[in-house]
Amino acid sequence: MTDKLQVVGHNERKVDGRALVTGQPVFVDDAPAPAGMLHLALLTSPHPHARIRSLDVSAAEALPGVALVLTHENTPTRRYTTAGQGYPEPSPYDARMFDPKVRFVGDRVAAVAADDLATARLAAQRIVVDYEVLDPVLSIDAALAPDAPVVHDEPDSDAFDASRNLAAHATAIVGDVEAALAAAHTVVDVTVETQYAQHAPIEPHAARAELDPAGRLLLTTSTQVPFHVRRIIAHLLQIPVHRIRVVKPRIGGGFGVKQEVLIEDLVALTTLRTGRPCSLVITRAEEFVSSRTRHPMRVRVRLGADADGLLEAIDLDVLSNTGAYGTHSLTVLSNVGSKTLPLYPTAAAQRFVGHAVYTNLPVGGAYRGYGATQGQYAMEVAIDQLADRLGVDALDLRRRNHLRAGGTSPIFRELGEGREGVEQTITSCELPACIEIGAQRIGWAAKRGQRRRDGSWVHGVGMSIHLQGSGIPRIDLAAANLKLNDDGSVNLTLGATDLGTGSDTVLGQIAAEVLGLPLEKVLVTSSDTDLTPFDVGAYASSTTYVSGTAVLRAAEDLRGQLLEVAAAVLEVPVDDLRLEDQRAVAADGRSTSLEELALRSLYAVDQRQLAANASAVLDTSPPPFLACFAEVAVDLDTGRLRVLRLVAAVDCGQAIHPRLAEGQVEGALVNGLGYALMEDLAIDPEGRARGTDFGRYKIPSTLDVPPIEVVLVDSYEPTGPMGAKSVSEIGINAPLPVIANAVHDATGVWLTRPPFTAERVWRALNGE
Amino acid sequence: MRIEFELDARTITVEIAPGETLMTLLRRIGAVSVKDGCSRGDCGSCAVRLDGRAVTSCLLFAAQADGRRVQTAAGLADATGGLHPLQRALVDAGGVQCGYCTPGVLMAAMDLLESDPDPGEQEVRTALAGNLCRCTGYVKIIEGVRDAAALLREAEHD
Repeated sequence: MTDKLQVVGHNERKVDGRALVTGQPVFVDDAPAPAGMLHLALLTSPHPHARIRSLDVSAAEALPGVALVLTHENTPTRRYTTAGQGYPEPSPYDARMFDPKVRFVGDRVAAVAADDLATARLAAQRIVVDYEVLDPVLSIDAALAPDAPVVHDEPDSDAFDASRNLAAHATAIVGDVEAALAAAHTVVDVTVETQYAQHAPIEPHAARAELDPAGRLLLTTSTQVPFHVRRIIAHLLQIPVHRIRVVKPRIGGGFGVKQEVLIEDLVALTTLRTGRPCSLVITRAEEFVSSRTRHPMRVRVRLGADADGLLEAIDLDVLSNTGAYGTHSLTVLSNVGSKTLPLYPTAAAQRFVGHAVYTNLPVGGAYRGYGATQGQYAMEVAIDQLADRLGVDALDLRRRNHLRAGGTSPIFRELGEGREGVEQTITSCELPACIEIGAQRIGWAAKRGQRRRDGSWVHGVGMSIHLQGSGIPRIDLAAANLKLNDDGSVNLTLGATDLGTGSDTVLGQIAAEVLGLPLEKVLVTSSDTDLTPFDVGAYASSTTYVSGTAVLRAAEDLRGQLLEVAAAVLEVPVDDLRLEDQRAVAADGRSTSLEELALRSLYAVDQRQLAANASAVLDTSPPPFLACFAEVAVDLDTGRLRVLRLVAAVDCGQAIHPRLAEGQVEGALVNGLGYALMEDLAIDPEGRARGTDFGRYKIPSTLDVPPIEVVLVDSYEPTGPMGAKSVSEIGINAPLPVIANAVHDATGVWLTRPPFTAERVWRALNGE
Repeated sequence: MRIEFELDARTITVEIAPGETLMTLLRRIGAVSVKDGCSRGDCGSCAVRLDGRAVTSCLLFAAQADGRRVQTAAGLADATGGLHPLQRALVDAGGVQCGYCTPGVLMAAMDLLESDPDPGEQEVRTALAGNLCRCTGYVKIIEGVRDAAALLREAEHD
């Protein structure tokens, strides 16, 4: 494919690369402060569960330089969700801007706006709050206990069953699972319990508000979802959508945590109340505690198989801890089933039952992987346990059971994003090649089951296979505009949100390919609710597939218009023309440049602006696939675990920009590696997060990362733009199971509670 | 208190506040390639070179820059805007995703390349151990720094 392509499939220079390596002021907080800008500081709850009896803000307000103090007493009371999802959001409306009840340590109590940050912080500490401390709910089990305190006792709760601390519930049932398990030759039963983790984008959430010369509210914010921000802020603050403009500049990573409307309301309301610009950049500690996390889960998988290892039944039972608020509680929960079960369609009986519980703990949210990470961990460990029990090679067992091109799963239909799903047949699946290549690279045949010893260290290899989606079918909408300029260049404006992934580059490449342009002549402007068309934003692995399709359609439309003009110039039928190297070329070899066509259209003959607009909302969500392999060494004396090597063979369809695609997989793998080995936002008995800085909450550094080999296998997705599928999330699902399975290969011990610290491994080795 | 220092080959004379960190000062005077990722020396996003050595500017008082030479990532490109080979290599290798950690990475990598023209992978890992990146998984950052070393060696030979 790639030989015929000029731009797609090539490692073009990232369109924002120059600005980023020269340190241009392209992030929210880099812009010079407008005159009179206020700075916000937050006061958050020290208690996991309490009612605010009274607040005394007089000392704060009396401090010179303080402009405004926001609390539950002077802010809108309507309920909303911070989850930046499509409308109506499938998350419960269980939050208030400020609530007289606080539900976790780190929950909002007040915000202070002052002339400078130091004053704002000092003033926030001078607010006197009288709390009625309530019994907290500090674990999944505590939430489900009879007579448990009710986290959301507000009378108008729209959660699934707030009185029982149930934020959400989801099920999908195909066939008779219990009967199939009872009849199965072999049954395995695995429960894993995952921990809190935080996205830790290196840029914390940052937002600015100001009034433009026409008095409209301009929000510049580090968001993944500019259009959802506009809609949610309009709803919450009761101002018309047309009075708000949201702009996303460059943002310093998101990984899902910036799919939340977490701070825009505060700067917006401050600016509306004071008429002054306002800035808020949350601290690293606030990012850890008060923003969002990965939902901790208890996932139980039961597999039933025949004597040959063909799966007959899968039962997936999930308890998710959504923390104090139900943001993404239903959809992440659903995704545990919908992104785990379809990989093994050989099991005729499948059941998913999930509940998300409220606790007085940090709030779960969207996090790269979005439930697939937790579900696939349990499933892939269970598959290895089954192979172990049957005495079958784990690789062969997966080969016998995994989803293939032309196949489908009833789960696609049964389970969607918080509602029924969409039936689909797999149109591309190179998982067999991924497994083959990965196994070869890691040396599977030679190393598996060898338990090679090196002093107290013992070596092992493991594998796991994965899928994700490419956008949410029949929900995610993306749109793109293209317009032709005098010199044959085009402006591509689109709502899609580049959070560092390189989507501006990738989407520009698609337009450039269709129009026969070099990438530098596609001028990409994205994520501005005034200037660009709608896009749901960057989540659910949607951008390349859904937004890319919108770009492809707009580019094909503009190409058609260009060819019509060229046909008039060259006096040949449109069908005899093609665009290449910035020219329209006729079958007889005569040609005219795009510049000439642009000048003719703009200034001379049949004058008009050549331009196109296209939308995309797709009926399918073709999964990318991944086979991951790891080699580990475990020190039997100390429990120390070293990952020596990771190999990831990926089917993402045609990679539009192979280097960026590899980078997505590498970044996701290392993020998952951190989750598997070291990251844990542990909570103390009083409900407080223990490590709220990078000194105590370790994320991987260069010294923690083993050699990683990513292989993009040849693939082409017929429904995708230029053959592409998604690639951004899938890699994060692999480290937990692949490392757990490799540790079992080395030691015979199953690790079911991450992170796999030396202490945890040692305890497992010693039967504790 | 008034201090004077060299910032990317310009002389800066500025009034500073008591207790002001070098990071805060630099961002206040517009040197915003210096990023604030944690304000406590953990992440390396605020790294600058002070008299030719990479330091986390959030852990230094502004007063400590008095009379000294401060280099930032913004000063790496030449006067006409031509990218430094390290900048070019890092972006072309795919070592830049969101770009927020990039200025700090560039500073730490400059330190390394000035002392070791041909660093191995392990040397690069060690040199960048104080720069957290959540996007790339470091693979392509390490590759980019080694590519830059090769580019710089070639330039030396020409």
